[in-house]
Amino acid sequence: MSIFDIPTLDLARAQFAFVVSAHIVFPAFSIGTASYLMVLEALRMITGKDVYLRIFEFWKHIFAVVFGMGVVSGVVMSYEFGLNFAHFSDKAGPVIGPLMGYEVMTAFFLEAGFLGIMLFGRNRVNKWIYMFAVTMVAFGTLLSAFWILSVNSWMQTPAGFAMNDVGQFIPKDWWEVIFNPSLPYRFVHMVLAAYLTTALVVAGVGAWHHIKGTADDAVRTMFRMAVAMILVTAPIQIFAGDQHGLNTLEHQPAKIAAMEGHWETSKGAGLILFGIPNPSQERTDYKIEVPYASSLILTHSLDGEVPGLGDFPPDERPPMTIVFFTFRIMVGLGFAFAAIGLWGGWLMWRKRLHEPGLFHKVALVFAPGGFLAIIMGWFTTEFGRQPYTVYGHFTTAESVSNLSHGAAWAALIGFVLVYAFLFGSGIFYLGRLMKRGPEGAEPVENTPQRAGGVAGAMLANDVTTEKEEAHA
Amino acid sequence: MSGFAHYLPDIWAAIIAFAILTYVVLDGFDLGIGILFPFLGSEENRTRAMNSVAPVWDGNETWLVMGGGGLLAVFPLAYGIILNALYVPIIIMLLSLAFRGVAFEFRGKTRRWQKLWDKAFFGGSLIATLAQGAILGGLLRGPEVTGRTFTGGPFDWVSWFSLGTALALVAGYVMLGSAWLVIKTSHGLYDLARRVGQVSLIATLGFIGLASLATPFLHPEYYNRWFAWPGIILSAVVPLLLLAAAFGYWKCIRSDRGVMAYLSGIAIFVLCFAGLGLSIFPYIVPASITIREASTTAMSQGFILVGAAIFLPIILAYTAYAYWVFRGKTSEHEHHY
Repeated sequence: MSIFDIPTLDLARAQFAFVVSAHIVFPAFSIGTASYLMVLEALRMITGKDVYLRIFEFWKHIFAVVFGMGVVSGVVMSYEFGLNFAHFSDKAGPVIGPLMGYEVMTAFFLEAGFLGIMLFGRNRVNKWIYMFAVTMVAFGTLLSAFWILSVNSWMQTPAGFAMNDVGQFIPKDWWEVIFNPSLPYRFVHMVLAAYLTTALVVAGVGAWHHIKGTADDAVRTMFRMAVAMILVTAPIQIFAGDQHGLNTLEHQPAKIAAMEGHWETSKGAGLILFGIPNPSQERTDYKIEVPYASSLILTHSLDGEVPGLGDFPPDERPPMTIVFFTFRIMVGLGFAFAAIGLWGGWLMWRKRLHEPGLFHKVALVFAPGGFLAIIMGWFTTEFGRQPYTVYGHFTTAESVSNLSHGAAWAALIGFVLVYAFLFGSGIFYLGRLMKRGPEGAEPVENTPQRAGGVAGAMLANDVTTEKEEAHA
Repeated sequence: MSGFAHYLPDIWAAIIAFAILTYVVLDGFDLGIGILFPFLGSEENRTRAMNSVAPVWDGNETWLVMGGGGLLAVFPLAYGIILNALYVPIIIMLLSLAFRGVAFEFRGKTRRWQKLWDKAFFGGSLIATLAQGAILGGLLRGPEVTGRTFTGGPFDWVSWFSLGTALALVAGYVMLGSAWLVIKTSHGLYDLARRVGQVSLIATLGFIGLASLATPFLHPEYYNRWFAWPGIILSAVVPLLLLAAAFGYWKCIRSDRGVMAYLSGIAIFVLCFAGLGLSIFPYIVPASITIREASTTAMSQGFILVGAAIFLPIILAYTAYAYWVFRGKTSEHEHHY
């Protein structure tokens, strides 16, 4: 089979997976950075220390670039359902559409509306309004995550709906739809992931400047904050992930079977640390197993029953190989982050955090680790729910649009090329900004102050203020 | 079904029409500036023009998400069919908007590649606008639908008519962009914007004339609407109002009243929009699916209407505030945050 024989359905899926995977890293970083900026601005207002302003201005530049890329890839996402999965849009729209509508109205507009003030308006509004704008941007990112995860969670663990005579999912109880069984776990897991990811990036940038000997007061402060954040968040994330796993066992047993690598349902199941799933023989080869541990983790009892993928009909099985490995990479990274947090905490306690050493090199290497963990986690949960779009009710094959094979190919190639170019450039610019460090960030005093009281300027344009012309 | 529930689809059609119109008049001016970008003369002028839209383009583009999200929320059948039918121009539009959007951030981060991001800003704006015009033209011609599925081909939207609507939108956006530059700039750029505004107005009127002549002949249905009661009122009144708005734009762009010129430009778009509405109502997918057929249950429409009633006024308020914060002329040194 040549690659041109790939079915249109798989091209549509590949496009969706590519576009959403490229998108997810930007909002994840925006969520963490927006909250971080809010904390920095609050600290500055409380303590009056200049160092927080310098850190703020530095990360604000980076936030702006990331947010810009998040917006353009997010606009794409709002059309992606209809483009590739028109039947899914028609059938599930009555339930998920209003949730996405609420996301736009409560979150997307909020972020975009106050972003301009946050980026360009420090000298145009008073400090309370500025603080308010920064808070609204941060709040908007969290609300956005809430609604989008509500939609995603409903597709994974659908609740509160009925079917009508044209086969549409119809809402019966909005509370049950929005707060469906997996939402709390997914939301907490994702927000923690966003915070952890941002902390790892901040720590990585701080580590780089320590190694290069350019760690000034601002770098030291942000490095300490980031290490403390990793120390606190990483263990909580491991706990939250475990809780999410229990929820998945209850609602999506086939996904758990694929994640764990079990083919046969068994009691007292071992935890497969490593292995190679062999779907054709329905077994996992080269297993390295910890006896009883899988049952212990998933059921909190040594002889608890753990599902095996072999017990599901072949057409209801998710692709085990992908889910098995992506899950292990995510979990492995999670434990590595926790170790980095503990190591950094120990150095901080011994007052050696700012002496460049192996820790700083490790922190630098793991700076993009959070993004990798997020994408791996996303793959685990999304491949794990196949072959369904609405779990147990509506398959991906039923969801797809009436697409021409050629148009689907062209769109896939177009997205890959354009995203590689645009986001590749973006990452390059981000790297340059990070290398420059807080000292390289432009001082805010450069922004000219708008003359007050030019209310008439909008209507009588000849009132060009001399001050601005002087700056021109 | 209670009286109010019966009108939910109409209320929602109006809200979505409002969102799309707001998108067109807000992102329209910044896309128009992108199209004018290579013709602004100096580097300084380009920077100044870009700075004048940098704080607001995000919010402007969000109305496009509101249009798409709203359609999915309350007319999911139409959302699926329209996006399926216009797959190619919509993907072209989204990719172009991606180029346009990142150019705002990337342009200031590099000297060596600045020319490249200038081109991305221009090309992205121009192609996105052409694609939006073609989407409109393709939609008006009516996608082929069988049951609940689009059954046409990926290039059904290509026609002389959609080429005309594409060029019309370019002229219209440049017209809005010129008025914005008159509001926000001074000296050379301002003089240039005044001249371009006049030319683009004439081009816009020409294309509107052509499209108005062609539209009634796309479908017998459109013809009947325009030339039978009550459409004939609109057929008679709209051209007069349109000429009045065009005259207003012409006077204001020549005499330094950018805000009034921009408002006149909006009036031209609103009138065209009303004409479009008359042509296709009560259909949402022209000639095949009506607003009511595409509607979800009253429970979905009512649930999100509560949110719209609360949040849309708040959104409009803080959007207006953000514009207010950045009022007045923009200097090229500004917004190098």
